[in-house]
Amino acid sequence: MIQIENVKKSYTDEVAIGPLNIEIPKAGLTSLIGPNGAGKSTTLLMIGRLLDLDAGQITVANMDIATSKSKDLAKILTILRQENHFVTRLTVRQLAGFGRFPYSKGRLTQADEDIISKYIDFLDLTALENRYLDELSGGQRQRAYVAMVLCQETEYVLLDEPLNNLDVARSVQMMEHLKYAATEFGRTILTVLHDINFAAKYSDRICAMKHGQIAAFGTVEEIMKPDILTDIFETKIEILQGPYGPIAVY
Amino acid sequence: MSEFTQSNPSPVRASLPRKRRAASAFRTPKEAKHYWILLVTLLLLGLLSTYGLLVYNNPVPVTSPSFVPVVERRMVAIVAMLIAAVCQSLATVSFQSITNNRIITPSLLGFEALYSTIHTSTIFFLGAAAFVNFSGVDSFLYQVAAMVLMCLILYGWLLSGKYGNLQILLLIGIIMGTGLGSVSAFMRRLLAPSEFDLLQTRLFASVNNADAAYFPIAIPIVVVVAFLLLAHARRLNLLAMGKEVSTSLGSRHKAGVIYTLVLVSILMAISTALVGPLTFYGFLVATLTYQAAQTYDHRYVFPMAFAIAFVIITGAYFIMNHVFHAQGVVSIIIELVGGILFLIVVLRRGSL
Repeated sequence: MIQIENVKKSYTDEVAIGPLNIEIPKAGLTSLIGPNGAGKSTTLLMIGRLLDLDAGQITVANMDIATSKSKDLAKILTILRQENHFVTRLTVRQLAGFGRFPYSKGRLTQADEDIISKYIDFLDLTALENRYLDELSGGQRQRAYVAMVLCQETEYVLLDEPLNNLDVARSVQMMEHLKYAATEFGRTILTVLHDINFAAKYSDRICAMKHGQIAAFGTVEEIMKPDILTDIFETKIEILQGPYGPIAVY
Repeated sequence: MSEFTQSNPSPVRASLPRKRRAASAFRTPKEAKHYWILLVTLLLLGLLSTYGLLVYNNPVPVTSPSFVPVVERRMVAIVAMLIAAVCQSLATVSFQSITNNRIITPSLLGFEALYSTIHTSTIFFLGAAAFVNFSGVDSFLYQVAAMVLMCLILYGWLLSGKYGNLQILLLIGIIMGTGLGSVSAFMRRLLAPSEFDLLQTRLFASVNNADAAYFPIAIPIVVVVAFLLLAHARRLNLLAMGKEVSTSLGSRHKAGVIYTLVLVSILMAISTALVGPLTFYGFLVATLTYQAAQTYDHRYVFPMAFAIAFVIITGAYFIMNHVFHAQGVVSIIIELVGGILFLIVVLRRGSL
């Protein structure tokens, strides 16, 4: 469980986030949605200890992220941003191997190699595993980073806009993978998404943010309501019942 | 939902019988072999030019009793080259890794500007006599201490602050370097020509500046720091991934960066105090190393960087001494030959 209590972050006097209070339960895929500048990424970065809090407390699996050791947290929680600096002369498999760093400290054992193979195969990167990262397309590279994050085998996986720069087919594929990781590998995945319909189709829960506050949190059915979404995005949004659940039309 | 659930990612396949899969430092055994062949070749080349520097064109015959003293004198220069090669190669590669930037060198942190300011102000304020005397073990230690201290203050202040980041650190380093450079250029204008001449010989990098008296201090420090960097190689691999990824993988990124910068500053300070400023050399070595070592892994990048650094510096001295008959400055040869080599390599590869 991710518990956020009275968390605040202020950039300037006008731009501030919080106080946030929310409990995100274990297991399943939770999406953070909301307009630009609502504080979604900031919240995700704070949970992922990449950004310091100005006030409040965040605990993940009962570990306070501010006081726990980073190397202990790395076995519980991982975060992936959308833009990553990539090292040249680094192959997909070597990148995925970095995911084992919290356990192996850079000395990979056969057990580590098996885990790496498992997630490389899972993300359909088997044929690409010896390619350098700069020889890949954006979508493939994104998958390689997701492979690294999964190799870390943490209970909690935070992803900042994993669908950024992906076309529809790649986005569907990525969400299928994430959903599968959440259900079959039992991960708790928290992801920032921009597309409401992707969030609706694949999430177990949706957390909507607006103006640095949590506007709504609940199951897909609870959030996918015209009045709630219209209010959050300040745009007229209607909900239709599609073949796979509610669809937002805007 | 059915057709979409069917397109679900395939469940984890049982691993098929095939070649062993491992995330080792090289992609293929062939690349690993390539690496070792290149490394050994470069080391042999380095040894060859060392041998050449020691005995080639020795004015006295081997049988003469003065042969050994001549070789011993040349040994001092070789040891200085060895130290400079270790310092510059390891420092530049580490520095580029932690800054995630392959076109900058640690000299941007202002070491060389500080070095020239120290020497210029000595001759400017204390005169030529003091300047000539300012060359013992004490002065060496003072210079190293001043350069390391400046960096520690700079890093400590800039990286621990709330907005502290490497970009600002580099910017301040460049501004300080330019500022110190201007101050020393101003003082140099006011010097008498004879004093200026004395100063200029020290400001051009040369292993002949090196005094064997410094070695008992410099060598142990360099060996210890180089060992610490090698032991730090796996962490460096992680730090090179950037702040966010390395934090997520459980590394204390800022602590790792400061630790690396301290080691880098010690190496750079020793190299600069020993032989003088070698601005382009480290950059050249690092760039050629990335082309030669087909791996991200610092455990392999470091030895290759050292081998290349040693070949370049001994080769450059051999060319200077025996082709141009010592009528030049070695940094000019490194920049000329190395710069051309660099352009060829980069243009042929089409990438850095």
